[in-house]
Amino acid sequence: MFSNFDFDVIIRSLPYLFIDGMSFTLLLTAFAASGGIIFGTLLALMRLSGFAPLSLPAAGYVNLMRSVPLVLMIFWFYFLVPYIGQWITGAPRPIQVGAFLSSLVTFTLFEAAYYCEIMRAGIQSIPRGQVAAAQALGMNYAQTMGYIVLPQALRNMLPVLLTQTIILFQDTSLVYVLSITDFLGAASKVAQRDGRLVEMYLFAALVYFVISFVVSRLVRHLQTRVAIIR
Amino acid sequence: MNYNWNWGIFFQTSPDGVHTYLQTLLLGTGWTLLTAIFAWCMALVLGSLVGVARTAPYPWLVRLGDAYVELFRNIPLLVQMFLWYFVLPELLPVEFGDWLKQLPDASFYTAVVSLGFYTSARVAEQVRAGIMSLARGQRFAGLALGLTLPQTYGYVLLPMAYRIILPPLTSEFLNVIKNSAVALTIGLMELTARARAMQEFSFQVFEAFTAATIIYILINMVVTFGMRWLERRTAVPGFIGAAPQPVATH
Repeated sequence: MFSNFDFDVIIRSLPYLFIDGMSFTLLLTAFAASGGIIFGTLLALMRLSGFAPLSLPAAGYVNLMRSVPLVLMIFWFYFLVPYIGQWITGAPRPIQVGAFLSSLVTFTLFEAAYYCEIMRAGIQSIPRGQVAAAQALGMNYAQTMGYIVLPQALRNMLPVLLTQTIILFQDTSLVYVLSITDFLGAASKVAQRDGRLVEMYLFAALVYFVISFVVSRLVRHLQTRVAIIR
Repeated sequence: MNYNWNWGIFFQTSPDGVHTYLQTLLLGTGWTLLTAIFAWCMALVLGSLVGVARTAPYPWLVRLGDAYVELFRNIPLLVQMFLWYFVLPELLPVEFGDWLKQLPDASFYTAVVSLGFYTSARVAEQVRAGIMSLARGQRFAGLALGLTLPQTYGYVLLPMAYRIILPPLTSEFLNVIKNSAVALTIGLMELTARARAMQEFSFQVFEAFTAATIIYILINMVVTFGMRWLERRTAVPGFIGAAPQPVATH
């Protein structure tokens, strides 16, 4: 069954796979995760604000993003981002944006909904007395959130945030539907060019598995380290 | 925004010459639901078996279950679909592989199998968590009454566990419906694929995607309401409603 398994095609395409493909995947993951956590935290603060003009749009946004498939959102933003760019810059026609920017916007906005729910749970896990104590000390809302609530919420939720980031890392493979050269896209292009589907897809699966597995083990280890002892 | 909206497009005939664009989207919805339901049944059965295995008093069985979950959780769904669709037929004996490739609706069967395995790992996590959340005494009591181990699971542990994990199972079911969109990469003409096809033929990008988005939201709402009802019916008396746990999903 593995008699004509061609290891050489993997070796030959390693530079292309990792320098072109994996760097795109990792950069996209890193930027989308950072952007998603920041935007997600803002959304969580909006949802918890108790001020309807803020909380309702945030809740609507999160529920919308969580009810549609990521693939559909990738298509949406692929066509929408040029119009958004036109609207922002006031250009006369839709702006052509690169593959990276388009997918970065998509993943940031999509994952923000998921990060929002995690941060919301994190903020809600902080005892109410802490907010009351901060206010009694004369802190305003920004100070209470910035110095008291968010640092603890972030710490409590760090393992879940990282697990979500592993899922994001796996999800970035879906940019395949736009024929972008991420890691899977690169593997797929070599596979089709050389007619080596078996080798390339098995290798891609192995690489994704090793990275996700090792990082999830690290997260589990981290979980025991950062847990706040109560 | 200088985009020409044309909502009448849904009632125009699509390139297949028979159906209107709206009908093609509804056909796609049918495939989405069919794929999701079959995959969900498969995931429930497999996930329950693996979840039970991971709480069994045999270390080798627990380890086997752990390995199963790690394998299917750590490879992206898209890659798993490619493995089932492109790689598996090549690794099988030639006649069998060729038969598999020529199967009508091969992308549907592949989508069901790969989604089923992928989701079963997540269901197994939930089933395991549900069983672990029960007091140890329940297992001991069951065994002490003379029930065999399978009976203890069947009559004591699992009926409770399923009722406890119903809320997370709901969100897993919603995930299956959404994840079925990934199958468009192997040629399944489900809802997202139909919206994409409509966009390519009619150039009405935003109408097509808006319609698909609305259909997904409607499905989501129906499932959520149905499951709420089921949750109320099966809630364990005396338990506080299971608080939503922050679990990373997508």
